[in-house]
Amino acid sequence: MSTFWSVWVIVLTLTNLGLVTWVLFANRKVAVDDQADPENKTTGHVYDGIEEYDNPLPKWWFLLFVATLFFTAAYLAVYPGLGNFKGLSGWTSVGQLESQQAKAQEKFDETFGKYVEMPIEQIADNREALKMGARIFANNCAVCHGADGGGNYGFPNLTDGDWLYGGTPEKILETLHNGRQGLMPPQGPVIGEEGVKNTAEYVLALNGLEHNAEMAAEGQKVFGTVCMACHGADGKGNQALGAPNLTDNVWLYGGSREQIQHTIRGGRKNEMPAQKGKLREDKIRLVAAYVYSLSRQEDVEQ
Amino acid sequence: MTTAVAKTGPVPDYDYKIVRQFTIMSVVWGIFGMGMGVLIAAQLAWPQLNDIWQPFSHFGRLRPLHTNAVIFAFGGSVLFATSYYVVQRTCQTRLWGGWLIPFTFWGWQVVIIAAAITLPMGYTSTKEYAELEWPIDILIALIWIAYALVFFGTIAQRRTSHIYVANWFFGAYIITIAALHIVNNLEIPIYPFKSYSIFSGTKDAMIQWWYGHNAVGFFLTAAFLGIMYYFVPKQANRPIYSYQLSIVHFWALISIYVWAGGHHLHYSALPDWTQSLAMVMSIILLAPSWGGMINGIMTLSGAWHKLRTDPTLRFLVVSLSFYGMSTFEGPMMSIKTVNALSHNTDWTIGHVHSGALGWVAMISIGALYHLVPVLWKRKEMYSVKLINAHFWLATVGTVLYIAAMWVNGITQGLMWRAFNADGTLTYSFVESVIASHPGYVVRLIGGGFFLLGMLLMAYNVFRTVTEKENEAHNDNTVRSVQPA
Repeated sequence: MSTFWSVWVIVLTLTNLGLVTWVLFANRKVAVDDQADPENKTTGHVYDGIEEYDNPLPKWWFLLFVATLFFTAAYLAVYPGLGNFKGLSGWTSVGQLESQQAKAQEKFDETFGKYVEMPIEQIADNREALKMGARIFANNCAVCHGADGGGNYGFPNLTDGDWLYGGTPEKILETLHNGRQGLMPPQGPVIGEEGVKNTAEYVLALNGLEHNAEMAAEGQKVFGTVCMACHGADGKGNQALGAPNLTDNVWLYGGSREQIQHTIRGGRKNEMPAQKGKLREDKIRLVAAYVYSLSRQEDVEQ
Repeated sequence: MTTAVAKTGPVPDYDYKIVRQFTIMSVVWGIFGMGMGVLIAAQLAWPQLNDIWQPFSHFGRLRPLHTNAVIFAFGGSVLFATSYYVVQRTCQTRLWGGWLIPFTFWGWQVVIIAAAITLPMGYTSTKEYAELEWPIDILIALIWIAYALVFFGTIAQRRTSHIYVANWFFGAYIITIAALHIVNNLEIPIYPFKSYSIFSGTKDAMIQWWYGHNAVGFFLTAAFLGIMYYFVPKQANRPIYSYQLSIVHFWALISIYVWAGGHHLHYSALPDWTQSLAMVMSIILLAPSWGGMINGIMTLSGAWHKLRTDPTLRFLVVSLSFYGMSTFEGPMMSIKTVNALSHNTDWTIGHVHSGALGWVAMISIGALYHLVPVLWKRKEMYSVKLINAHFWLATVGTVLYIAAMWVNGITQGLMWRAFNADGTLTYSFVESVIASHPGYVVRLIGGGFFLLGMLLMAYNVFRTVTEKENEAHNDNTVRSVQPA
């Protein structure tokens, strides 16, 4: 703030507070003094039958007012408030934030530090570590992937062992660190509306779902020239590209005929945001271990 | 009193038509706005209700419709009605302004209907309580200027020597709202219903909350104090407690309120000095706010027995109690350490509604019950029993609402800041949402009570207006029960 604006703020503030204080102190005496009628306690103004007494300010109220003014004077002396004047305490909100964060980091070093070096498989065997991973997941990941990791429309299920980019500890860490950019290009302009419909029938057939066999046969040709590049000749996908397996009846954007057509026609775009820089390395590893354990639980149950 | 009446001569031919129009629309928009409130409260308890008619029925579109409807449609109509009435009667003169007077009524109705259409369609400038887009903003500005001309034109030709304190408050509100509305809505139009604010970033936020807080301070506080200063002494038939107190608290209130908006932006990118000033000014506001409450409640001293028989007076007095409570709560919540707990929680919603239901709506309802018999020349309202039932519905509804939001707000605040020993957060956000569900249901019940009371009022007003046997033949503004 330039000196001009600083002075402007200080002058306006103090003038306003000064005038308020003056109004308060200037109105402490009862003004009514009716010589002719000493019993008269009203101001003599009458508005539509409404009169006004001239009772003095209630004492407790006056003192309350003065107390708030004293508090203000003290606060503005200690804390920043009057323009560029920093206040006697030197307090700043940034300073407070930094000191609290430093304290928190110290605490985190203590509790999480040991996981920076520990292999993910080993963390996943540690109940305490998994609990912490679950809490970090609940506060950072659950918004999209669901509180139970079961996913949502457009957000992958992390518990079903079906991985878009791979479910090894290394791959999970890679996904968490750098995020993922999912892109299914729109095929409508390439293969035409008939192509879209035929291909959708073929994809339904791949999953053993109800379909039109004739159209599916046409669709298989389209699939063999266009889709196989990413999803593979057998439709089982390619984790290196993040191209989903189209034969396991697991759907990110729904498996109804209309939804599949929509996906083929318009394509899909998705993003898993990178967590590096948002979460500490040890926290990322705890989450990775938790996610790793989620899919293994499924294995155990099966 | 007798000498003064003699001084003023015969009662002028007051313009009651405009007051009657705004009085009826107050009831209509009150039911509409509060009905919207009940609907969106139900949506928060059962989110499936968002799907009634997507996307128009979505909470995000109906919430601004609720706030605009209760503040500007209901509150605004009450303020037009009462200020036009009070300024005439306390200045002992007819409204000045010719065609400007009906323009304010019809213009205001057009604004409300435009809001009710554009907000569900998703047109919004995204500024809270100023969501309406630029063509409507311009119409509001024109109406407001007309309103100011009528009000101050009437003051200028008054037949009394002084200006009554109620008119100070109405005057301050009209001037300040004009400034707030025009500055906060400075925007560059892009399409017929799309514009961008000329302010950006933190400045935009500060201007917005300077507006937002003073919409509360002047629209919902100063103006309703104007109502208080006329209808409480009139209904109680007692002199105002202290003229000096009104001088001190008026000047302190209007000069301090405009500084306080920054407390909505605590712990944000707003510079530290601005946050500090907003906080100390908010704390100073406690005394001036309570000055109004004291002046209203103490006016009743010597007339307390009237509360037993007069539910209209009870509305007015209980509204002052809620006013005192929420103006204590407000300064507390503006203290940074308290705000760190309360910010973004339902506590804020509860605080707003203890003011909006307990103070603004209750004093409005009291004033309307006083006004209707006068405006339609009736001895009294069709049913005093129904007023009494309305009073209890409104009071219990407000208490349920506030209590539910206190519990929810403090629960949320504590859950969000709870840490485990290992430094991770104890609860995920959704757990605090689940914990809030019972409170949302109680809030819905409270809001439902309040709305039910408004429906009783609509029926009572309808019967009063339409049934003629109740007719009064003389000036019936002093109707409160006289001591035996």
